[in-house]
Amino acid sequence: MNWHMKKKRKSVLNPNIENILSVKEILSGNKLAGARVIRLIEENDPQAFELLKQLYPYSGKAFIIGITGSPGVGKSTLINSMIQEFRKLDKKTAVVAVDPSSPVSGGAILGDRIRMQKHATDENVFIRSMASRGEKGGLSRAAKDAVIVLDTMGYEIIIIETVGAGQGEFEIANLAHSIGIVTIPGAGDGMQAVKAGILEKGDIFIVNKSDKPDVDQTLHQLNMMLEMRNSSRTDFQTTTGTDWTPKVLKTSAQNGNGVKEVVDTFLSHFDFMEKNNTFDTKKDEMEILYFNALLKDLALEKLLKYIKTSDRYVETIKEIQSCKIDPLSAAELLTDKLIER
Amino acid sequence: MKTTKKIRVLIAKPGLDGHDKGAKIVCLALRDAGMEVIYSGLHQTLDQIIQTATEEAVDVIGLSIMSGAHLPICEKLLAMMKEKGLDDIHLTVGGVIPYQDIPQLKEMGVAQVFPGGVSFEHIVTGINALETGEK
Repeated sequence: MNWHMKKKRKSVLNPNIENILSVKEILSGNKLAGARVIRLIEENDPQAFELLKQLYPYSGKAFIIGITGSPGVGKSTLINSMIQEFRKLDKKTAVVAVDPSSPVSGGAILGDRIRMQKHATDENVFIRSMASRGEKGGLSRAAKDAVIVLDTMGYEIIIIETVGAGQGEFEIANLAHSIGIVTIPGAGDGMQAVKAGILEKGDIFIVNKSDKPDVDQTLHQLNMMLEMRNSSRTDFQTTTGTDWTPKVLKTSAQNGNGVKEVVDTFLSHFDFMEKNNTFDTKKDEMEILYFNALLKDLALEKLLKYIKTSDRYVETIKEIQSCKIDPLSAAELLTDKLIER
Repeated sequence: MKTTKKIRVLIAKPGLDGHDKGAKIVCLALRDAGMEVIYSGLHQTLDQIIQTATEEAVDVIGLSIMSGAHLPICEKLLAMMKEKGLDDIHLTVGGVIPYQDIPQLKEMGVAQVFPGGVSFEHIVTGINALETGEK
């Protein structure tokens, strides 16, 4: 039974909190204000959209890292160790950990931060769990918008954790500057990765749980796949040397082995992109994709509202019900009429 | 854009007791009721709970306490919540709580108490009621 459907809820925020929701508070790094704005973003609150508009010009300073891989490969544990390494370098670090929502109840259990709780009291670490809320691939606009808020709060490193790579405008490759793909020895994940097409998107491949047997075989498989990927590419970037050669690393995240190398490699990927001016190109591309996604959302919503409140729409429904027209022709006719105008 | 509101709950286990079967099962029941549940894991300090509740912007904190220390823990946490500007978050507590302590907990400001033996339905309706403002 959907208990949550029964009653209309009051506003998430009490009035005293609302006055800390200002651009100034967020730019000063106020965790309470930042967290509440992210909450409003998740709830699609119009207030959040207004704040984001004002915050956007201040964003674009953070280095955004995507960590993806199948459930149980140790992504959260790896991120926990990565936070530790980034903190040693005195970098303010934030994490957005996305877990799936239940397709039945719409609820979710968000347990990623259990592995990161030792950083909970660090002033310079911000961990936010997020439910996928039915998005394929587990990423939604809310994840992107949350990253903007964390960026403007002054977090220099932002790590997005997700199961699966996502699809379309909000796939991980369009949200992060550098992608780490985590796998474990055995499990045939080398092959799985190729099938999913994810190999093309990874910048760093991490074989976690490297204390387990078959680790060398998995490393070998991955290296071989990547070599094939490179030799099959004939485009401009490979010939000019501005293309990053993906790295394969092994870690045992539980005890921190190899994690320093992972962090160093992410940072050297950042340096590489800056040196070759590909970082700005990537940022520009991400910005246009974000614009297109917003455009799609808003256009769909506004147009649908317009169509559904028109007399023509009501008439068409009647015509379909009385079998005067089929639904396919009706939908085509209605949208064509709209474009004509 | 359509607004989509969901109740967010932090389930936390303060202190040293190591039994979290109950807390995990409550997490499941709340998820099945359509809520988003953040589980903090075992052995949380009150500082960790406060920081987690801040960063996760939850509506409700649910403590699971079996150690008998529910009175001092709740009192201290409520004071810290007030200090950190989290006084709009409802504090609830469950676990091994003697019935005679419930009035004292409520007086302190604990919104709901769910001692051993209450049904999931009771917990779910209790938390829903907090969010609709019907205490």
